[in-house]
Amino acid sequence: MLKRMTRLISRVHKAKHEEQHEGQHYSLPLQDVKTVLPHGLPPRFVMQMKTFNEACLMVRKPALELLHHLKNTNFDHPAVRYVLYGEKGTGKTLSLCHIIHFCAKQDWLILHIPDGHLWVKNCQDLLQSTYNKQRFDQPLEASVWLKNFKTVNERFLSQIKTQEKYVWNKRESTEKGSLLGEVIEQGITRVRNATDAVGIVLKELKRQSSLGIFHLLVAVDGVNALWGRTTLEREDKSPIAPEELALIYNLRKMVKNDWSGGAIVLTLSQTGSLFKPRKAFLPQELLGKEGFDALDPFIPILVSNYNPKEFESCIQYYLENNWLQHEKAYTEEGKKELLFLSNANPGQLERLCAYL
Amino acid sequence: MAASCVRSRAALSYRLFLGGRINVACSPVLWKAAAAELQTVSGSQILRLRHTTVVTTKKNLAALRRETYTVDFIKKQIEEFNLGKRHLANMMGEDPETFTQEDIDRAIAYLFPSGLFEKRARPIMKHPEQIFPKQKATQWGEDGRPFHFLFYTGKQSYYSLMHDAYGKLLNLEKHKNELQAKGLFSEEAKTKDLIGSRWLIKEELEEMLVEKLSDQDYAQFIRLLERLLTLQCGATEKEFLQSFRRSVTIQSKKQLIEPVQYDEQGMAFSTSEGKRKSAKAEAVVYEHGSGRIKVNGIDYLLYFPVTQDREQLMFPFHFLDRLGKHDVTCTVSGGGRSAQAGAIRLAMARALCSFVTEEEVEWMRQAGLLTVDPRIRERKKPGQEGARRKFTWKKR
Repeated sequence: MLKRMTRLISRVHKAKHEEQHEGQHYSLPLQDVKTVLPHGLPPRFVMQMKTFNEACLMVRKPALELLHHLKNTNFDHPAVRYVLYGEKGTGKTLSLCHIIHFCAKQDWLILHIPDGHLWVKNCQDLLQSTYNKQRFDQPLEASVWLKNFKTVNERFLSQIKTQEKYVWNKRESTEKGSLLGEVIEQGITRVRNATDAVGIVLKELKRQSSLGIFHLLVAVDGVNALWGRTTLEREDKSPIAPEELALIYNLRKMVKNDWSGGAIVLTLSQTGSLFKPRKAFLPQELLGKEGFDALDPFIPILVSNYNPKEFESCIQYYLENNWLQHEKAYTEEGKKELLFLSNANPGQLERLCAYL
Repeated sequence: MAASCVRSRAALSYRLFLGGRINVACSPVLWKAAAAELQTVSGSQILRLRHTTVVTTKKNLAALRRETYTVDFIKKQIEEFNLGKRHLANMMGEDPETFTQEDIDRAIAYLFPSGLFEKRARPIMKHPEQIFPKQKATQWGEDGRPFHFLFYTGKQSYYSLMHDAYGKLLNLEKHKNELQAKGLFSEEAKTKDLIGSRWLIKEELEEMLVEKLSDQDYAQFIRLLERLLTLQCGATEKEFLQSFRRSVTIQSKKQLIEPVQYDEQGMAFSTSEGKRKSAKAEAVVYEHGSGRIKVNGIDYLLYFPVTQDREQLMFPFHFLDRLGKHDVTCTVSGGGRSAQAGAIRLAMARALCSFVTEEEVEWMRQAGLLTVDPRIRERKKPGQEGARRKFTWKKR
């Protein structure tokens, strides 16, 4: 019975998600996935997508709760911050992607940072910022992000105009009133100015969303990277604090709730975090005092393991796609074994089923 | 005098010492030099060779021949052993008449405490029969003529045994034929004397006959005895056969089953311990639950991120088909990740015994869920890099 229902629901428009759809899968058209989520999906999910040739997300309670809040946002009030937190592998990133897809369908502008941790570690080249001598630029990360941003928000780039003049160097400058698309092009072509381009984009979007032209969704995965430590060092091996990175500095300003006309959805992540114990998952532990104060007040949303119905639905999904090849997977005992071994943790279940 | 009777196992190995590694020179000159280092105790032949740096290249052929103990020598040893036993009993303040071998062992362990790990290297005092290997007396007389008629077969005791057994077989068959001729033959039910016993193994037979045998000889012998079994035997034959049977100890099937306890809310639970390598675990299994397991207060998914450990925890429940029915709380310390998983598994299996039928307990025992895993980290040996790994061998 559940089999038919999982297929039925795929035709339902995402906006009509109600509580009774909890536990069921819905599929995203692949074209949408390429435009809306070029970066930001967990790598294992991308592999699964390629294998099954379809992107199927499960509708779960935290996502439903968030959607409910978002549907009732008052765009005149300052942006509300929602923090998704939970144990490792419970589905925070996928819930975030669900929200992003929903907002994209509602024609919001998506500002999605796929992983904050990528910006605070393993940076190959750090340049001293042209704008501010104290800070550091990360041209590679910034340019990659700008490319993805362009893919996500194509249609807005020709509508939003800058409200200031920006001088890049002696020969190039962007006039006031020019399209945002031009700024992004400048950032992509001139990699040295990419970080500044990012900063400009963030500033403009923040300013203009308060005017009400568009709704802005700021989605950051791994937001605890903004307030943690970095593994980057200067030439004299002294460590760099996150504030000294221009990208992080601008992002912090973005995540503050002093603007209106949208929402901020954040996710904590221990997996990529630096210098944090493995078992930490609470906001207090992962953000630290500084981060917690900066983000206060926020609405915390706990993402937990599957409940029995969701677990059953997930197994059914795998069986439908003929993913589980073991004969015992169809039996009750097999399901109980899987339940025990994964303890209803979505990430663990996926890893177990990968080789079953 | 008492000290003379205490011999370490080296008494046996000293023969090997002389023959094997320490190639003490065969020339008398060097022997005398070494003699200064030998410490002989009066009356016995214990030699405690200290470290001698003499190295010769010639093989000590004399020492390679098997040392023969003469009958007189053995008799003298037995007398000394008995005397020593009485002295030991006196020393310990016990009655010399009723001083058994266990008492001797205990006394020696008390007087000569040894920290050696190898139990066989510790000081022992046993009857010379058990220490000196059994040897045959000379098989031929002064004229060179052998005593036994089967001497020239090479394995005289074996062949004589086969000869006797076959003779008995023929007698029984003759007897049976006579009875059948008279019509007094009656089928008897098989006797139950042979349950719980087994034929003696080849090593035991060799020990009995003081002779080397081959596998085919042994097989032939057992076949002959089986044939004897099929016929009806009189009392003497039964005794003859019983002398070749050894009893098989049945492993005690009684598992210690923990009693079920009840806590404040009336929930039934049972506690037990388990260990593996150096990890010790204590598990409390509740009878009714939903399959949640907490280890040291942490969920088992977080405590054991590796799937293999969680499979170990799953084993007892999966075996009894009770996967989602019990709640477990356990504490564990020591060991590594795998050892802790094994310890918890054992503890949980033992605790589950109290909720389960006796038959299932027996199945668990046969599955190996209730046995303590005896494997321990093997010791590193000198001259090798690890327990088994040798140093890199360089040709030059």
